Amino acid sequence: MSMTADQQMLEDTARQFFAERSPPGAVRANRTAGRSFDPTLWQQIGELGFSGALIPESHGGSGIGYRGLGLVLEAAGRTLCASPLLQSSFIGAAAVLRHGSAAQQANLLPRIAAGELTLALAVDETPHHHPENTRTVARHVDGGWVLNGRKRFVADGDSASLLLTLARIDTAGAESDALRWFLVPSTTAGVTRQRLHTVDGEGFADIEFAAVDLGADAALGTASPASWQDVLDVACIALASTMQGAAEAALALTLDHLKTRTQFGQLIGSFQSLQHRVARLHVDLQLARAAVTGALDELDARGHVTADPRLHRLASLCKALCGDALHNVSNETVQLHGGIGMTDVHDSGLFLKRARVLETLYGTSSHHRDRYARLAGI
Amino acid sequence: MSNIEEFRLETRQWLETHCPASLRTPMSEREVVWGGRNATFPSADAQRWLQAMGERGWTAPTWPRSYGGGGLTAEQNAVLQEELRRIKARPALYSFGLWMFGPVLLEFGNEEQKQRFLPPIVRGETRWCQGYSEPGAGSDLASLATRCEDHGDHFLINGQKIWTSYANLADWMFCLVRTDTRTKHGGISFLVFDMRTAGVETRPIRLISGDSPFCETFLTDVRVPKDQLIGPLNGGWEIAKRLLMHERTNISAEAFGNAAGLDLIETARQFVGLREGVLANTDLRARIARHRMRDEAFRLAVQQARTGHGRSSSAATSALASSFKVAAASLNQERCELLLECLGHEGLGWEGEGFSTDALRATRHWLRSKGNSIEGGTTEINLNVIAKRVLGLPDPV
Repeated sequence: MSMTADQQMLEDTARQFFAERSPPGAVRANRTAGRSFDPTLWQQIGELGFSGALIPESHGGSGIGYRGLGLVLEAAGRTLCASPLLQSSFIGAAAVLRHGSAAQQANLLPRIAAGELTLALAVDETPHHHPENTRTVARHVDGGWVLNGRKRFVADGDSASLLLTLARIDTAGAESDALRWFLVPSTTAGVTRQRLHTVDGEGFADIEFAAVDLGADAALGTASPASWQDVLDVACIALASTMQGAAEAALALTLDHLKTRTQFGQLIGSFQSLQHRVARLHVDLQLARAAVTGALDELDARGHVTADPRLHRLASLCKALCGDALHNVSNETVQLHGGIGMTDVHDSGLFLKRARVLETLYGTSSHHRDRYARLAGI
Repeated sequence: MSNIEEFRLETRQWLETHCPASLRTPMSEREVVWGGRNATFPSADAQRWLQAMGERGWTAPTWPRSYGGGGLTAEQNAVLQEELRRIKARPALYSFGLWMFGPVLLEFGNEEQKQRFLPPIVRGETRWCQGYSEPGAGSDLASLATRCEDHGDHFLINGQKIWTSYANLADWMFCLVRTDTRTKHGGISFLVFDMRTAGVETRPIRLISGDSPFCETFLTDVRVPKDQLIGPLNGGWEIAKRLLMHERTNISAEAFGNAAGLDLIETARQFVGLREGVLANTDLRARIARHRMRDEAFRLAVQQARTGHGRSSSAATSALASSFKVAAASLNQERCELLLECLGHEGLGWEGEGFSTDALRATRHWLRSKGNSIEGGTTEINLNVIAKRVLGLPDPV
């Protein structure tokens, strides 16, 4: 499937918008203002139709599809733009779209598209990503659920209005192996959140659920063993798109420096040892890009969720490859800039810090190589 | 039904009728059909398959019908390739004419030359070889010194070519020669000649992996008619570069990946063994996983480039060619090294009893793979090309 003229135009629009409206330096402005993102910017993102990109027109979105929104995320990743786009417009919208009941879709999707409702994925409970070890428990009671547990390092957890929370099902006092997603309004009694100050300045939070009473409709869709993994696969693919953009922008920043910095009477970009280092990074980025494109196309090609392990594999593939590429590029960006790259006024550090956060979220590259290996029978 | 879906159905039916069942199986290196005047076929089916595909122009699906090609659009060709893959059809023909010479002749040749040379390539009747490298001109190809003098009604060529794949089996050579010694790149011409011409001599080269398809080719007072010059006199470098681009794309897409043989994961499981369901050696397991992931991403990249995915322009294709070459070479070398490591002592045999045929082949492939980062432009030269042409970095002082 080749990129359509519409997608090309979308990418151009998105790149221009984020470059002008939210360059990497905006991270410092948010830091100074003590906020995790700029609400005016989020409103403009909505006006461009990006927040409803995955959502069909019948639910108030623009139905651009996964590849289309992937291109937007990549553009946002290029400028390290902080907004609910990744968590809410991609991951949250996809979760409701792929797994939500008709009533949940009708209720939530139009508000997600309008940007007035924002979602965040609450998964991890320990410093490493082990969703199968989830200890947060949803106990089935008459007329609903009671949620108990603690989620850590929730991206956008400080601002999201609806927490898409992974919990273990407990029926009549017996915990089961079954995991399920719950839609928890962040203002529900018993929910407390603690803002975390992470290196990248984004809005992470720890979230406590103490005997949180939820209605029967709080559980996302119907229970199915495939659905909890599917949401995480989608999340990894969305993250990979973002990382791809950040890595390409960091490489472009570095190339600019190599083309302008003079030492020993010549541009340092003329040194072959440096040329080969950046050329290898470029090759890695080509492979990473192919993996992301392949995964986004797979999401578009299958309107419904299947038990096909291909998506698991592609999700881990692109998360690990983009993570590795971004890891290496972000290190080289500092090194090849020399002293200026170590200073806070320069953008190198912003890319480096964001890189590690994105790499770690929902499983490090190593975690996903291990998962891929298991899926491939190695 | 859309036109493309109709085309798919027609294609499917045609393949069903014309692709013999025996050719829907994996192919060993010995079963490759190269065509040419002295073509050999592993079976009568293979011959029929080439004939059918050649007549339909589907060995060169996107070449114009007027030159014997299939006249397909890129979209139709993508469907054809999908349908061929679907039934696991073997390629009807391997050919440097199809992959390298034909594409540049379409672009740079005159009408008479296209009419003369292209149809026999499509039908697999002429086998071509490439006269590029010389003993003194490897990575610095433009320093080539094979002399070509104007003798009025013909050219006279003297010099030596090296790394000429299958020169001993080829019918014709496309060749770079020096027609002006005063300038480097501007003194090169591109011409073609019959390998039966007096003064053409070939000698096979033995590699670290044993016998090889490579040859040295000696050219002594070889007379070449003037209508066999392709493009303008002293205008050969442009053609040479374009052809290298086709070669690099092709090498990376086809040749390395097709060195079938042992499956890496199967071999690892069998020779290294499992512990708790995963490979017992966790270090090796991690390295195999890393390799397989890069390999899968590379295959996706090639597939996307073929179907004109993403930013599809010829500039983008050319930019990709060097990246693909670098990636393909390192992936194949990695695969061969990992396979050898999995085989342990079983992978150290040279020939004879005591080693399985598969293991012996894997060992030879491993040795041969060392050339992957040298042939068709070294990895270092390709990194230079990426740095300069794709990333826009300045020339070294």
